[in-house]
Amino acid sequence: MNKKYKGKKITMAHGSGGKASSDLIADIFVNTFNNEYLAIMEDQARFDMPAGRLALTTDSFVVSPLFFNGGNIGKLAITGTVNDLAVSGAKPLYLTCGLILEEGLPIETLDKIIKSMQKTAEEAGVKVVCGDTKVVERGSADQIFINTAGVGVIAEGVEIHSSSACVGDKIIVNGYIGDHGATIMQSRAELAISADIDSDCQVLNHLVQKMLSVSDNIHSLRDATRGGVATVLNEIATDSKVCISVKEDSLPIRVPTRGVCEILGLDPLYLANEGTLVCVVKAEDADTVLEAMKQTKEGENACIIGEVVDGPEGIVALNTLFGGNKIIDKLIGDQLPRIC
Amino acid sequence: MKYVDEFRDPDKAKKLLKEIDKLCSEITLPEDRPIQIMEVCGGHTHSIFRYGLKQLLPDNLEFVHGPGCPVCVLPRSVVDNCIRIAEHDDVIFTTFGDAMRVPGSTKSLLDVKAEGGDIRMVYSPLDALTIAQKNPDKRVVFFGLGFETTMPSTALSIMQAKKQGIDNFYLFCNHITIIPTIKAVLDSPGMRIDGFLGPGHVSLIIGTQPYRFIADDYHKPLVAAGFEPLDILQSVWMVLKQLKNGEAKIENQYSRLVHEEGNASALSPIQEVFELREFFEWRGLGSINHSGVKVNDKYRAFDAEVEFDLKEVTVTDPDVCQCGEVLKGVLKPWQCKVFGKECTPEKPLGALMVSTEGACSAQYSYAQNIDLINKK
Repeated sequence: MNKKYKGKKITMAHGSGGKASSDLIADIFVNTFNNEYLAIMEDQARFDMPAGRLALTTDSFVVSPLFFNGGNIGKLAITGTVNDLAVSGAKPLYLTCGLILEEGLPIETLDKIIKSMQKTAEEAGVKVVCGDTKVVERGSADQIFINTAGVGVIAEGVEIHSSSACVGDKIIVNGYIGDHGATIMQSRAELAISADIDSDCQVLNHLVQKMLSVSDNIHSLRDATRGGVATVLNEIATDSKVCISVKEDSLPIRVPTRGVCEILGLDPLYLANEGTLVCVVKAEDADTVLEAMKQTKEGENACIIGEVVDGPEGIVALNTLFGGNKIIDKLIGDQLPRIC
Repeated sequence: MKYVDEFRDPDKAKKLLKEIDKLCSEITLPEDRPIQIMEVCGGHTHSIFRYGLKQLLPDNLEFVHGPGCPVCVLPRSVVDNCIRIAEHDDVIFTTFGDAMRVPGSTKSLLDVKAEGGDIRMVYSPLDALTIAQKNPDKRVVFFGLGFETTMPSTALSIMQAKKQGIDNFYLFCNHITIIPTIKAVLDSPGMRIDGFLGPGHVSLIIGTQPYRFIADDYHKPLVAAGFEPLDILQSVWMVLKQLKNGEAKIENQYSRLVHEEGNASALSPIQEVFELREFFEWRGLGSINHSGVKVNDKYRAFDAEVEFDLKEVTVTDPDVCQCGEVLKGVLKPWQCKVFGKECTPEKPLGALMVSTEGACSAQYSYAQNIDLINKK
C-alpha cells in the first residue's frame, strides 16, 4: 500500500468523484486488481465472451466481523459469486465490485480486503473488471458493504437444475458442514465462546469442473450458503417434487462446530457455509464423482449423506442415529439460541 | 464428542427400547387407554422430536408435552409490557434469543427492533449488566424469564449491580416456578397423566424433595430426567417400571447433576432477591397462584415494574386456541382446531407454536408427514 494512506481513514471526499476518489481508485483498486479491462478506467469493462450460454449472478456481503478465522469480507465477496456461478456448471470469468464504505473506515483495512479479493480471484481464475465506490456518513453503514456480480460460460450439454433430482439419486457434500456459521457465531464477542474453527470459505469452481469431467449425470448442485445444507435440500426437494432422506450418522460435522451448536442450541444443518456444495447425482455415478472430489483440496472430505427416495413430495427427512425419522423443515426466521 | 456421544449410543438405546417394549406390553390400563407420560420440560420435548424418539416407542405409550417451555407460556400482556419498556428512547432492552419472536397483542420484540428499538440478544444476564456499565446514560433492562433454572443467574446479576452501585440496570422479572404449575396440571379436570419425567435442570437447582407431594398425594411416579436421548429412554423405563409394580415414587435418573437437596449456592441468591407473586398469568393455562416471582423490596430500585410504572393487564388468548387442553394431555397438538391452519410456527396464534420447544411447533416442524415416510 502507498505510504501516504498509512493511518488515514476514508472520508466523504473519497466518494465525491474528485481527486481523492480517483487517487484511491488508482492506488488501491486498479493497482491491486491489475488487469487490462479495469486499467482503461472507462465507465464500463469491454470483453469478448467464449461461445456457450452465459450465467450471471450478483450477491452482496455485509458480514460482521469483517475478519474471521479462515477469511474476511473480501474473500467472501469473491467466493460467494464465483460459487453461485460454479454450481450452474459455468466457468466463472469476470466479476464486478461495488463498494459502500462508511466514513472513518481505515484505508489500511480497505486495502487488506481488496488484496484478499484479488488473491481469491486469482485462485478462482477470474478477473475483477469494473467497480464502483460510494462513501456514506458514519452510522449509515457498518464499515464496508461489498456487492459483486459475475458472469461465466456454461459448456454445451451441461444441464444442472434444482428441479432435476430423481428417485434413487445420491446426495453428496464436499466436506464438513456448518464451519462458517459456527466461526462467525463464536467470533461475535457478545457470545463469549471460543472454539478452534475456521470458516470453510473457498472457491468451488475447479471442484465442480472436475466433477463434470467424470460424470454427465450430475442432476443438481447448490452452494449451501445462508440457511445451510438443510435449506438447500429443501429447495431441491421442493423444486424436483421429491423426498430426500439424509442419514444423521453420515453427516460430516467437526467436533468444535458440534460443540458450538450444542452450547447455543443450534442445528449445524442450518448453519451457513461458504465453500460447501450439495450435489445430487445418479446412483451409478456416485462413487466415481465422490472419488474425483476426494482428489481435490476442496473435496477431500467429501461423502454421501443421503439419497432421493420414494416419499412425500417436497419433504426432507433425517434418519436419526436411533433409526427414527424427523422432518428437516425450512427455517422460519433466524435460528435463535434457546434459553436453557 | 466426549460427554455427549456416550449419551447417544444407538446400541444402548436399542436395549432400553426392548425393555420399554416389554414393560408396555405388561401394563394394561382401563378401557385400553394408552399410558401417558408427561415430560414437564420443553427441553425434553425438543429432544424427543430431535432424535425421533416417539416413533421408536410402542403405540400404547404417549408423551404429553408439559408446560415447561418458559417462552411458550409467556402471556401476551407480558410481551406487550416488554414492548412498552423497549419503546423508550433511553432504554436498551436485553433478552434471551428465543423470546424475541413471541407475539404480543400486536407485535413481537423482533418487530420493535426492526422499527428502531434498541433490543439486544444476550446469553447471560451478566452480559446485560456489562452493557449497563458501558452505557451509563441509558437505562438497561434485562427481561428475566424461565423457571428456577435461570433464576440464580438473574438474581446474581441484580446482587452484583447493587454491590457495584450500578444504578441504570433493571430487571423485568417474569420468572416462574414449576411446582405450583405441576400441581395445577394434576388438579385440572380431565387429567389423564400416569407419570412424569421431571425437569432436569430445574431439579438441579431445587432438588427432588419438592416433588414429594406428586407421589404422596397424587400417587403418580416422577423421574427427574436428563436431556440426552439415553437419559430420556432410561427415565421412561424407570417410570414404566414403577407403573408396572403399582408404585409411585420420586426417582432421580439425572444423578450426575441432580441431588435430592438441590444446589444450596444456587438457591440462596433466589431467596435473597425474589419473593413469590400472589398469582401469575400463564398463556394457555390461565392464572396460577404463587407460580411466579418478583423482585423483593430490598432490591426494589432494580425492579423495572416500579421504574416504568407497569400495569398488570390481562390479555386473553384468542378463543380458538386450545393450548390449555394440549398442555393437560386432553388433546394432541394436531387435534387442535387451528393447528397448521391459522396457527403455524411462522404465524403462531397459540403459546405452544411459539418456541421450538413448544409441543405444537415441534410437532409441526419435525413430525408432520412422518407417518407417510415411515410407511414407505
